[in-house]
Parts: sequence; C-alpha cells; structure tokens
Amino acid sequence: MSFQLPALKYDYKALEPYIDAMTMDIHYNKHHGAYTTNLNSAIVGTSLDDLPIEEILREVSKHSAAVRNNGGGYYNHNLFWEVMTPSGGGLPTGELYSAIVKNFGSFDEFKEKFSSAAATRFGSGWAWLVWTGNELKVFSTPNQDNPLMDVSEIKGFPLMGLDVWEHAYYLKYQNRRVEYVQNFWNVIDWKTVNERFIIATNK
Amino acid sequence: MKHELPKLNYAADALASVISTKTMEFHYGKHHQAYVNNLNNLIPGTRFENASLEEIIREADGGILNNGAQVWNHTFYFESFSASPKSKPEGELLAAIEIAFGSFDEFKSKFSNAAVTLFGSGWAWLVIDTDGKLAITQESNAGNPIRKNQKPLLTCDVWEHAYYLDYQNRRPDYVQAFWNILDWKVVEDRFRKSR
Ligand SMILES: [Fe+2]
Ligand SMILES: [Fe+2]
Repeated sequence: MSFQLPALKYDYKALEPYIDAMTMDIHYNKHHGAYTTNLNSAIVGTSLDDLPIEEILREVSKHSAAVRNNGGGYYNHNLFWEVMTPSGGGLPTGELYSAIVKNFGSFDEFKEKFSSAAATRFGSGWAWLVWTGNELKVFSTPNQDNPLMDVSEIKGFPLMGLDVWEHAYYLKYQNRRVEYVQNFWNVIDWKTVNERFIIATNK
Repeated sequence: MKHELPKLNYAADALASVISTKTMEFHYGKHHQAYVNNLNNLIPGTRFENASLEEIIREADGGILNNGAQVWNHTFYFESFSASPKSKPEGELLAAIEIAFGSFDEFKSKFSNAAVTLFGSGWAWLVIDTDGKLAITQESNAGNPIRKNQKPLLTCDVWEHAYYLDYQNRRPDYVQAFWNILDWKVVEDRFRKSR
C-alpha cells in the first residue's frame, strides 16, 4: 500500500487573496507531493508499509528521520488543506465554540494565543490547536513534527494546524509572517474543525 | 553596544544571475535588518548589552542567541559573495580541502549535499573542526559552529527565504548556482586568519 496525495476540495485560486494560486500549486504539488513520494520510499518493504499514517506517527521516535519528516509532512499538509475553505472565517461553531471559550476565556483570547504561537515559532514549523484528551491546547512544533508524535512536547489529536514554513507564505508575504497568520483566519473552515473536535472527544 | 547592519560590498543587483535583486532586498534589507533590530531590542539591561556577537553565540540562549547568531551568520554569508568571484581555492586551503575530502569536486558535492538535505531552516558549513581538520556540518535554524569551538570558513543559508522567490521548492538549483558567486578569495583569507 502506498500513500496518495489527497485531492483538494477547492481549486488553486479559491483561497485568494489570502493564499495565492501559485503558492497553492507549488505548496500542494511540489512540497506535499514530495513528502508523499518520500514517505512512500521510506516505508516501502518495511513493517510500516501497511499501517495508517496515525499509527506510523504514534511511535515515530522508533523510526528513521525520513519517516518522521516525510510522514509528518504528509499528515500535516493533508490536515492543512482540509481545515481551509473559500467560505471560511468567522466564529467557530457548535461544541467547539463552547470548548474554546471554556479553555481560553474567549474566542479572541484563543485567536491571539494561536496567532502568537504561529508568529513566534523560530524557523520552520506548525502552530496547533489540539485536544489532549481532557482539554484544548495551543502550541507549536518545529519542522514537520505534530501532536500525534511521541516526540511532541504536547500530545493529542490535532484539530487545526497552520503551516509556518516560509514556503507557505513567502511568494505573497515574504518576511511578513504576521500578516499571513492574520489572513489565515479568513479561510479557516470551522465546520471541519468542529467535526474533528467531535470525533476527538468521542474517542 | 548597538549592533549595526554591515554594508554590502556589492550592489543589490550585482548577484542577479544567482540571487535576484528582490531576494537581496528582502533577505538583506528585511531579514538581516530584523535580526539586528531584534538583537538591539533584546540586549539592553542584560549581561550581553556590551558583548560581541561571538560571546553571544557562545554564551547566550533564547532570543538573544537566535538573533545574535543570525546577525553573524548573515554577515558571514553575504560577505562571501562577489560579482567577479575567484572560482576555485588555491594553495594551502586547496591542499587542506584535498586532504579532507579527496578533491575540490568531491568537497563541492559533499557540501552541496549537506545544504540540500538539511531538513527545515538552517545552514551548511565548512569549518575547521576542533581536531584541526576541515569538516562539513549542518546547523538548524540559527545554529553556528563557534558554539562548538569550530572555526567557520564558509556557509550557505538554506532557510527558504534565501531562495524561495527565485527557486521556490528547487533548493538544489539554488545550491548549485551558489557556487557561481562564491568568492574563494574570501574563504582563503578566513582560512589564513583562522589558523
Ligand atoms: Fe508546507
Ligand atoms: Fe537568511
């Protein structure tokens, strides 16, 4: 079995003006595409070959750097495309909204905390909203690590992730990561994030 | 002590066949400048207020280390380019490269490989190691060999900001082109002073 690059549910220009078509095209086809190909080469013929990606990441410290980097890159980008939509933005819905208010005080406080995690991650990485099993947490990871991995500082089920590698924003925003992070809030798909929250809390 | 952005010894468009003017404007004008500004904002009232960048690299942590090392790294990087570079090392540096790596071509290929395979943001280095021999190393993010008592001779910035406007995901193309503007005279001078 090998992993496939999942189809996008929108076209390359759908998230404009916040994420430009050229960035979408290169990010999806080249970066995500390369993580997918490299993950497949790293696991072919090994005991990981038939495992779901979540299983592979769970004990990633036992595997090679290639599995950690490309497995993370594969999963993280799958999630990233999934939690964005051209009709996004606004406030979270359903159970998630109440949980955010309960955990962070208010939606604005959550937004501020998440934006700050994204803006201050030094080098390449991701900002996360995660369900740890009993609460919501915001934090960031370096490179392609994620909260499913045993190496992660905070572990849990990722509800949303924001890519802050420079390749995610450099063509449009160059050094202005903060502006990219602000604009992300216009394309966040709260419906999908809420669905993930319901799955996570029913586990 | 206030740190300053050092002047470039070439025009912003001088390296355009390899590094575009736009990349130079952002990389030097925004990123390098921001590391200088951040450092100047972080050090007042700390024991690094009057420290050299080398002292900061050896002894600081957190934001002071990251910004201080990035100031040093970018200065070292930009300083090694020229529009009319010396394309090959000679003399004692060439001899040391041949001893360590077999040949100049093998060195280039190993250094290029280090630059291409560094995962995430960081730097590839040619250093004089603590045993006195030349070595190729990789450092993530703001890493700098001085912290490990190695003496840096050459570096290549492989943060995506160094090449994304010109090469996008094609980091190998950037690294290959890097050799066309690298001035070996600068590296020879560093080698002479480091020994
Ligand atoms: Fe990415
Ligand atoms: Fe840089």
